[in-house]
Amino acid sequence: MNPATNLIDTVTAILLITNLMLLGSGYLTSCIRYAALQGLAVGLLPLLLHAQGSWGRAAALAAAGMILKGVVFPIVLTRILRDINVRREVEPFVGYGTSVMAGVGMLAFSMWLTRRLSLSAVPESALIMPAGFATVLIGLFLIVSRRKAVTQVLGYIVMENGIYAFGTALAGGVPLLVELGVLLDAFVAVFIMSIAIYHISREFDHIDVDQLDRLQG
Amino acid sequence: MHLILVSAGVILLGGLAALSVRSRRWASLLGAGSAAAGSLIGLVPALRAALGAPPESFGFGWPLPGAALSLELDPLAGFFLAVTLALSAVTAVYGVRYLQSTPGERSLGPAWFCFNLLVASMMLVLLAGNGILFLLGWETMALASFFLVAFESEKASTRDAGWVYLVATHLGGAFLLALFVLFARAAGSFEFEAWMGTTLGASTGSFFILAVIGFGTKAGFMPLHVWLPEAHPAAPSHVSALMSGVMIKTGIYGLLRMSSLLGPPPAWWGGLLIGIGLSSGVLGVLFALAQHDLKRLLAYHSVENIGIIALGLGLGLLGMSSGSCTLAALGFGGGLLHVLNHALFKGLLFLGAGSVLHGTGTRRIDDLGGLLKRMPWTGGAFLVGSAAISGLPPLNGFISELLIFCAAIFCVLHPSSPGIVTAGIAAVAGLALIGGLAAACFAKAFGVVFLGEPRTEAARGAHEAGPAMLIPMGALAASCFLIGALPVTVVRALGPLLNQVSGFPLPDIDRVLAEAAGIMAGVGSVIGIVLAAAAAAAGLRAWLQAGRSRETAETWDCGYARPTARMQYTASSFAQPLISLFSPLLRTRERLHGREGFFPKTADWSTETRDASREMLFEPLFNGARQVLGRMRGFQHGQMQIYVLYVVVTLLLLLAVSLRAAP
Amino acid sequence: MNWAACVPMAAGLAAAPLLTSVINRTKAFFAGRQGPPLLQPYYDLAKLLGKGAVYSRTTTWVFRAGPVVGLAGAVGVLALIPAAGLPALAAFPVDWIVFAYVLSLGRFFTVLAALDTGSAFEGMGASREVFFAALAEPALFLALAALAILSRNLSLSGILSGLQPGLWMEKGPALALVVGALFVVLLAENARIPVDDPNTHLELTMIHEGMVLDHCGVDLAFIQYSAGLKLWALSAIIVSLVLPVRAGSPALDSAAFLAGMAGLSVAVGTVESCMARLRLLRVPALLLGACALAALALVLVLR
Repeated sequence: MNPATNLIDTVTAILLITNLMLLGSGYLTSCIRYAALQGLAVGLLPLLLHAQGSWGRAAALAAAGMILKGVVFPIVLTRILRDINVRREVEPFVGYGTSVMAGVGMLAFSMWLTRRLSLSAVPESALIMPAGFATVLIGLFLIVSRRKAVTQVLGYIVMENGIYAFGTALAGGVPLLVELGVLLDAFVAVFIMSIAIYHISREFDHIDVDQLDRLQG
Repeated sequence: MHLILVSAGVILLGGLAALSVRSRRWASLLGAGSAAAGSLIGLVPALRAALGAPPESFGFGWPLPGAALSLELDPLAGFFLAVTLALSAVTAVYGVRYLQSTPGERSLGPAWFCFNLLVASMMLVLLAGNGILFLLGWETMALASFFLVAFESEKASTRDAGWVYLVATHLGGAFLLALFVLFARAAGSFEFEAWMGTTLGASTGSFFILAVIGFGTKAGFMPLHVWLPEAHPAAPSHVSALMSGVMIKTGIYGLLRMSSLLGPPPAWWGGLLIGIGLSSGVLGVLFALAQHDLKRLLAYHSVENIGIIALGLGLGLLGMSSGSCTLAALGFGGGLLHVLNHALFKGLLFLGAGSVLHGTGTRRIDDLGGLLKRMPWTGGAFLVGSAAISGLPPLNGFISELLIFCAAIFCVLHPSSPGIVTAGIAAVAGLALIGGLAAACFAKAFGVVFLGEPRTEAARGAHEAGPAMLIPMGALAASCFLIGALPVTVVRALGPLLNQVSGFPLPDIDRVLAEAAGIMAGVGSVIGIVLAAAAAAAGLRAWLQAGRSRETAETWDCGYARPTARMQYTASSFAQPLISLFSPLLRTRERLHGREGFFPKTADWSTETRDASREMLFEPLFNGARQVLGRMRGFQHGQMQIYVLYVVVTLLLLLAVSLRAAP
Repeated sequence: MNWAACVPMAAGLAAAPLLTSVINRTKAFFAGRQGPPLLQPYYDLAKLLGKGAVYSRTTTWVFRAGPVVGLAGAVGVLALIPAAGLPALAAFPVDWIVFAYVLSLGRFFTVLAALDTGSAFEGMGASREVFFAALAEPALFLALAALAILSRNLSLSGILSGLQPGLWMEKGPALALVVGALFVVLLAENARIPVDDPNTHLELTMIHEGMVLDHCGVDLAFIQYSAGLKLWALSAIIVSLVLPVRAGSPALDSAAFLAGMAGLSVAVGTVESCMARLRLLRVPALLLGACALAALALVLVLR
């Protein structure tokens, strides 16, 4: 067994553990840190899995992903949190324990699904695919089940991480352009959301998304 | 076989004799004496068959279409028969004193007649080699136990419990009737022998589902268990012990018998039973934790233990389907040994709960406390039962759970398919969780009932049960120890039984059992070390404390000067953290009264956990059925003539239909 | 009789209280104090063993049986633990299940002894103890099952003595996850921060210390000693996993093992110095997390 497999396993483990920690954690700042760690770990994947294509492309992709998700997003989000001075708890609709159990359930579902789809191309990445899919689901779950707008941004980031991991595992990397497009989407989403959050909190003194429904005409 | 017939005869005749005498005392002596004597007579051939004596059969025709009086005594029947008869003898002895202490001048003859009839009908169910005979025994068993549940019929709650039991058991019976009729039509006969080897094709799976529902209702699989937590607390305690200890196991027996008749199992049968086992086990013990009534708590633990048994059987079926003798032997061995063990410790616990009820007049856990000082022997026996049901070494529950663990780990170590691995992992994690929760639950039950200070006058005035009730409990406690102390012998004796159940050749099975016996020998050595260490520690303490000051004082309550019994942790508060963690599953309701104003005088808090499957599944179902069927009330107006008219019209219609159908 | 097999157990019996001592020294270092002498736990045990006894009027024989069974359980557990490449006194397939159940036998009686006093504080401690133990149990079983599969060996001695450093190269992530899960179980089973604070003096927040409020003299000595043995047993498993040193000479192996034990105690002390106790309601999340780690390890192993 080659050492790369070990590294891939480590990335998978970090991916899944950060997912569970995001689901089970109650503090916004720690959630941001977990998402950053996840982004860094996932960013390594193109380097480990470059089946075809050049080192350069993989390195560029890895660097872009890691800088954006591991450094830029966390700094932006932490700054917003500091500026708007809200309560630092996540305030979930679904309890932490239940969320973690739901996360485990989603992982089991994705393992079953990927097995049924029999997509696996590279044997080393056999676990990355279900893990990536589970990450997408968990990102969606975070968006749905959490009250604060910041957590919703985190949910988008987690979802993006999942797509990134899944895509990289599938045939050793999606076309560069698509991947960059997704990254750009996430980037724009984070910035627009942060500006929006900033203004919402200045106007209303809170960033609870479920109170936005009062805005409807 | 002749001894078995003699034993059944003694039991039935004794029951009839008890029915015919007037005096409460003589009715008890006749009924219980014949039940105990008959059981002991029958125990000999039953044990012999279970240990591998050649199968015996007995039969003659019967002028009922399809039926025949054919009885079969093979290792499977012998094993279940031995468990049934052993527990029947013990509970009958206990029942003499227990029933006589019931208030009022009610005649005891009918109760003993039903008890003996219940024992005899269980024997019939286990021995029957014919579908109709089996169903006959099954219905008799249901009716006899129904009358026993409804023994204290002056209480509304008892009548309600009896009603739930009757409905549930007949629902299950309906599925069985369908199963037996369909099977007989496919095989062309009601004889089990003819069923063996009948090719059923695609309908085998649906037959298995019918059997799981029908037998599972009796056994108490979640969510079909609704009748257990109602009927067990309502029945007299020795009957609860018999029903929970062995009667529900007839469901397990039926399932095993049926799956052996249905032919080689596909993997999903095993998976289904493992799923049922895990959900029954975990939910059973969680609901038990939330109960405030001692006997209701024990009833939910029956659900849990049936879950453990189903888990073992499911692993065994997986072994059969994957052709692994080791997995089959370990899974079936663990499951079947747990049938025996559960009969012993659950019988013991129900008898202990009966003594508590007898000595204090209440079953509410939070009203008791401090009983160990007032009822030392009952308390000691209950402690043995509690440790055994929690699966703690060196008692018997640990041995069977260890075998099931071995089967589960075997699954994980030999991953022949992803399904088997998943089943193994789920079984390991589930059993570990069940074990931890069961220990928590019995720490609560024993700790709150028997330890600390009495919480009410009823508990303060408790009195110990007499020797007639203590000796049966002592016998059961001793057998819990015995199986725990002789695991090697017990495991090795399972060979012929497993040979029949799993269908693998005896030498292969014996090889697996020899390996298991090696593990058991290791367990024995660890237990030896633990016992030696305990003896050494106790000796050391006695030696050190000799001649030193030994004072008694109040419990230190952290500076508070006047602790009262009401300040103790109650059962509800003990279980509260676990209950609130699992509240999405349990839906426990909390009520808080009177905490108004700045200086509230009184306040009380109570929790109630109703059965989720009764509330969410059965009550809507039955309410719907009542609404639909209520429209048919019009047919029933009490005029005899019109009823006769119904009969005539029905007969004529049937005649017309059958004539039209005829060519 | 193979005398070598007695060595791991004898070492545990003799040296177990030292671990507590190392933890306390570490905490003292972080707090800028000097801390008690290394042999302080032994002095404490000797002092307690020399005392008389005060028993509550409420209690029965169960209260007196609690410390004895607890100690016997801890000794039984120790008999299954190999150390420094030497097999344990008792070793047979799936002995780790027996390990877990003997632990829970001791716990069961300690809990009953606590309930026997009729004190609200001890009832509270008992309730929390069974609560956390029930959740730690699946994590322990899954972690040990993962180890068994990893090393294709079924007994603890076989798993831990057969472990080669090469396995870390091959299956590093899975092993790391198992170690993580076992570390959480160790903290929970031995009542350390962040699950329980062994030094607390507020009865409402105690778990293990709350349960033994009423014990004194010889009984308390037994309880403290068995707590040390339990800590030794679980630590020995983790150390054998993390430092599978097989230098060939027993002296070197033993030195590595003992250094590892000291290192692990320093780690526990560091965790205790850097973290606050978790809120009670958050502890289940930690234990569920340990279960998740162990399950993940199983998935990685079985691939």
